[in-house]
Parts: sequence; structure tokens; C-alpha cells
Amino acid sequence: MYTYDELDRTLINERVEEFRDQVKRRLSGELTEDEFKMLRLQNGVYLQLHAYMFRVAIPYGTLSSAQLRRLAHVARRYDRGYGHFTTRQNIQFNWIKLAELPDALSDLAEVGIHAMQTSGNNTRNVTSDQWAGVAPGEIEDPRIWSELLRQYTTLHPEFSFLPRKFKFAITASAHDRAAIKVHDIGLRLHKNAAGETGFEVLVGGGLGRTPFIGKTIKPFVHGHDLLSYVEAILRVYNQYGRRDNIYKARIKILVHELGIEKFAAEVEDEWQQMRGTALTVDDAVIEDIRSRFTYPAYEKLPHLPEELKKAAHDPHFERWRKNSTFTHKVQGYAIVTLSLKPVGGPPGDATAEQMDAVADLADKYSFGEIRVGHEQNLALPHVARRDLPALWKALDAIGLATPNVNLVSDIIACPGLDYCSLANARSIPIAQELTRRFANHDTAELIGRLHINISGCINACGHHHVGHIGILGVEKNGEEFYQITIGGRADEDAEVGTLIGPAVPYGDVADVIEDIVEAYLALRERPDELFVDAVKRLGVEPFRERVYATR
Amino acid sequence: MPLVKNGKITGDAFVLLADDAEIPGDGAILVSAQRFLGDAEALSRRAGPTGVVWPNNRDLDDLVPWLDRVAVVALSFPSFRDGRAYSQARLLRERYGYRGELRATGQVLRDQFLFMLRAGFDAFEVKKKSDAEAFAGTIKRYSVFYQPTGDGRLTALHQRMMLRHSESANQ
Repeated sequence: MYTYDELDRTLINERVEEFRDQVKRRLSGELTEDEFKMLRLQNGVYLQLHAYMFRVAIPYGTLSSAQLRRLAHVARRYDRGYGHFTTRQNIQFNWIKLAELPDALSDLAEVGIHAMQTSGNNTRNVTSDQWAGVAPGEIEDPRIWSELLRQYTTLHPEFSFLPRKFKFAITASAHDRAAIKVHDIGLRLHKNAAGETGFEVLVGGGLGRTPFIGKTIKPFVHGHDLLSYVEAILRVYNQYGRRDNIYKARIKILVHELGIEKFAAEVEDEWQQMRGTALTVDDAVIEDIRSRFTYPAYEKLPHLPEELKKAAHDPHFERWRKNSTFTHKVQGYAIVTLSLKPVGGPPGDATAEQMDAVADLADKYSFGEIRVGHEQNLALPHVARRDLPALWKALDAIGLATPNVNLVSDIIACPGLDYCSLANARSIPIAQELTRRFANHDTAELIGRLHINISGCINACGHHHVGHIGILGVEKNGEEFYQITIGGRADEDAEVGTLIGPAVPYGDVADVIEDIVEAYLALRERPDELFVDAVKRLGVEPFRERVYATR
Repeated sequence: MPLVKNGKITGDAFVLLADDAEIPGDGAILVSAQRFLGDAEALSRRAGPTGVVWPNNRDLDDLVPWLDRVAVVALSFPSFRDGRAYSQARLLRERYGYRGELRATGQVLRDQFLFMLRAGFDAFEVKKKSDAEAFAGTIKRYSVFYQPTGDGRLTALHQRMMLRHSESANQ
């Protein structure tokens, strides 16, 4: 956990007071809606179909139990008793009242949470691996650097009015759980031959209507130079990124239009003129940030405690344990994923009661710490394996032990037309129907790892391009249709999925997905050939045939 | 539009000249970049102070050789959403060492004052009178800054380092 010091606390309190003044000026008519729009967006406030939506940052996906309880409080006090975890380690409240927002922000600020730059054309919440600090084989904890970047990007005087939004993601593991290749800047932490910490820097990844996989702009940037290099990229983008067309304003378009070599040369030229200046991060600064992250005092525990041996006789527990618990870097501990994808439920939603209960369980079993992943699930990162049976019982009682993590019903979806004013089609009911179709856990296990991603419009908040199966809602003559892609992935081998054919109507989507899954089961070489690998080997043709032969 | 300098609303000594208007022999004037570059040698030697209005989509390279001979550089915010002039301002101050007046023009609103100040602006043609009047209070909204810019404000990182050193010195 990172603990705010007096300076961090002062800054977010100052931001709350500034926003309070901005809301006051809007309510009195001193600010026009056009002027206020930009100001509220810089603080995570959107106007949606029915109400204001409020997006709160969970930097690098780490929460304390006190912070989660406060999110529950906001859901209960200012909203309708629930929140929605997003694909970028944020939580959204959908029914907030403008006049109450400053108070909600003030309540959150007391526990070190803010909504700064969770929307608007600025640098957004810095995201990272939700297993940071506990994943086996990790090079070092990427959250130290994420926090450094969080501070650097917060209220940046030069980059608060960029051509378009700008997203960072960081990973320090070989297996990328942070989807760095589909971010404006992706950072992969690694060590050079001298054992020094640095980053492979990727630039120009992104989804939306023109998806691109990020390209390597520099294979190694020393940690000392991270901020100056990032500033060079942002400065080139701020000056030359397109501002004439909102759909061509992301950095990915600039990188694409210039070509990565020319863009890299521009950045290098800028960087050479500013490296070694005040932006240099020396070791003392890193150590200072590192010192404010606290780590649990792990006990020496056996890998296979008596409690686990005993519980292994319960097939329900065993199914959950095999599905939802993962190897921890410390023996005797596990990382536990809490599925927010119950059968028939909207993906990523949690009620205030669930949040409070998870906070209590985190205190009891996970050193008071909770993580939020881009798959829209939660995790308890430090659970002693002997406590797994008791934890499972408690999670099951609050509906958070669905054993479907990474399986076909662990669906990523945007809010879609049920909430969002940009959407062309509904996402949530499609996800709900699919979880019902694949509610049988034996079938889901037989299918194996399969990521379905749903977006209700081309803005791609549900990351449909990089779902193993992607579902994109479009509108045709006033009706909801859905384009289906397959073969996408968001990890270290990131790829954009391929369209299988013409869009299908709302009522056919679940049948089409079932057809695709059945085709896969019939075509796979071995039971452990994953769906996405079978698509890679076979191409889309056999799936296309299966889906459209009878339609 | 009220002009704010040194934290206060003041009269504007500079007259903005249209490109086809005659250049007066003395008196303070502001001319467009195009006109300035057309006759930079003469304009920068005239008796009165000369300032230049520089567009936010033009590289600064052509302006740099003249920086020690212009009295004002006015950068523009055609919309408050267009942040290109923040980069230009920092480059002028921090890279090219410009010390003259750096003026923000266009849609200059209260909620951008501090960003502009931190980027190096020291004069503001403010769109709304109420915003201009609120200038002094508005720029005191923040006491903590995370990024180093050329404005000399201490960053949070530096403050922490200083605190650490003083703590270890007291031990």
C-alpha cells in the first residue's frame, strides 16, 4: 500500500476545494455549460443518459480496506447502493447529483482517493498489473514507478489540454496483465545487462475506432530518465497531435501518420535537449516513494496446510480453489480473484454491502489490501492458504465465489446503452444472457480459457478488439446489431481480432457465440489448445462457415 | 478584455496593429508573426517597444533569434481546450531563456491561470472581468506541485528530500 503524506493530502484537498468552487460557479450560472464541461471532465464527471456519472481513480488497482469502505459509503450515501468497476482500474457511480459531488469527493479525499483526470483530454489514471508486488517472477514492484508517474501526471501544467485522452499502463512481469500494448504509452519494466532498472517504452497503442497495437519506441530507458523521456513524448504529441478531428487526435494516429521511426526521431531530438535536467529521478527519490509502500509481514507457512487437505473433499470448494486462486510469490499464500461476474449479473458491479464485506474479509485474511483488475474483478492479494476454505465460505455467502475466472462467462463489458449517451447498443443484457447460456461450470471448464469482451459502440470501452471473442454493438436503421470478431488478445502477444462476417441482430448474438464455441470444441487439436490458439492456427474461416451456414 | 500583470489588472500599453496598418515611429505595438518576420530587423530596432503575436501552430524556430529584441511574446489559446501554447511558453522560458513579457491571449479563463503561470506566462488578457478580478485568489488555490517547471516553485519530491535531510541532520 502507498500511504499519502501531508503533501499528497494537501493537494487532493486543494483539488476538492477548487472543484467545489467550480460547481458553485456552474450552479450560479457564472460558468457556461461548455466551460464547465471541460472542468467537470477533468474531475471524472460525465453527463450520461439519465444522470451524471462519477468516475473515481484506483491508481494501479490497489485499495486499502478503509478506501473500499469509503467507496461503499459513496455508493450508499450519494448513489443507488452500487458501483461499477471499469476496465481501467476505476470505479463509476451512475446516479450522482451534481450539487453533492464536492461532498462525495471530500469524503473520498479523507482516505486518499481522488477523481482527478479520470476523464478529459489529459493523462488518465496510471494502471498496472493487479498482481503487482505478489506475482512470482516479477522483476520489481511496478507500483513504485506507477506512483511516480501518478504524481508526475497529476495537474501537469503543460499537458492538461492535450489533443485527446492519454493512458499509461505498466507491467513488470513476463505475462502482461496490464494490457500495455493497447495503451498510449505502455511500459515494460526490465533490467539491462548492468542490472539497472529501466523500461521498454511502447507508444501508440489503443482501441477505439482505429485499433493499433503499441510499437516499441525505445527498448531501454533508464529509470532515472523515465520522466524526461515521457515528457518528451507528451511534448511532441501536445504540439503535433491532430486537433482538427476528435477521431484522429489520439497519439496512435500521429505515430501512424509519421511512422514510428520519424516519431521516435522527433522524441529523441526533444529528449536530448532536456534529459539530465530537473526531471531526472535520482535513487533517493525512488527510495522515498518506495518507503511509503508498506508490505505485509508474511508468516512462514506450509504450502499444504491441514485446512486445505480437509477441504479438498468438498468438490465445490475444490472447483473454486482451482479456478480462482493463484500462485503467490511467498510460500503458503495465494492470490485470490473475486469474480464480479455472477450468472445473470452485470459485469463489474458490486453493491455497497459487498464492498463492505470484502473490506472486512481483506482485514481478516489479506492484510487489509484489495486489488482491482482490468478484467473488472477484485482480488485479495495476500491470503494464507490455510484460510482459503473459510474465505471461500464467506465469499460464497455474498455472491463473490463464482468459479468462472478467465472462463467464458468472465465477460468484460462497458455499460452500453443502459447508461451511456455514446452507446449505439446494449452491452449488459448481452453479457447477462451469455452468462446464463454458459452457467454450467463443467461446460465452462471444458471450454477453458476464453475471454469475451463487449462494447456498446466503436469507442471500445469494453475492449472488444482484444477479446478472444469480441462483440461490438452498432446501430442499423434504428436497430441494435453486433459485429463479432475472434482471435484478439490483450496480453504480451496482443492482437486485434478479425471480423467473422456481417453483423447479427440482438436476438441472435448468444446463439452465434454458442456456435463459435461449439465449432472450437469440435476443431481443437487437444483439450488444452486454447480457443485463441485454435483461431490462430485455423484462421477465421471455419468459424465463419459455422456461424453463417444456416443464417 | 482586462489585462492582468503582476497579479493586478492594469492598462495595456501595447496597441495591437492590423497587418495593413501603418507602423508608428514610437509607442508600444503588437504585430502578427507574419508581419514581424517580414521586417524583423527594422521592427526590432524601432524607437518604441515591439511585441509579436505568435500562433500556436507555428514552430518557434523563426522567433528564437529575435527573442532578446522583442518586448512581448503573445501566445494564443483559440479555445481553452487547445493546450499547444503551454508547450511553447515553457520552451520560450526554459529552453530559449526568454525573459520579456509572455502574454496569454484568447480564451483565457480563471481555471487555467495557475497552469499558465507555471508554464511561464506573466501577463494575461483575461476573457471575463470577474475572472480577472479573482486572479490573486485563484493562483493561491494550490500549495503543492508535483512537476518541476521553470517557475521556480519547489516540487513535492524536492520538499520531501529537504525534509528527509533536515530530519537526518537533527538526529
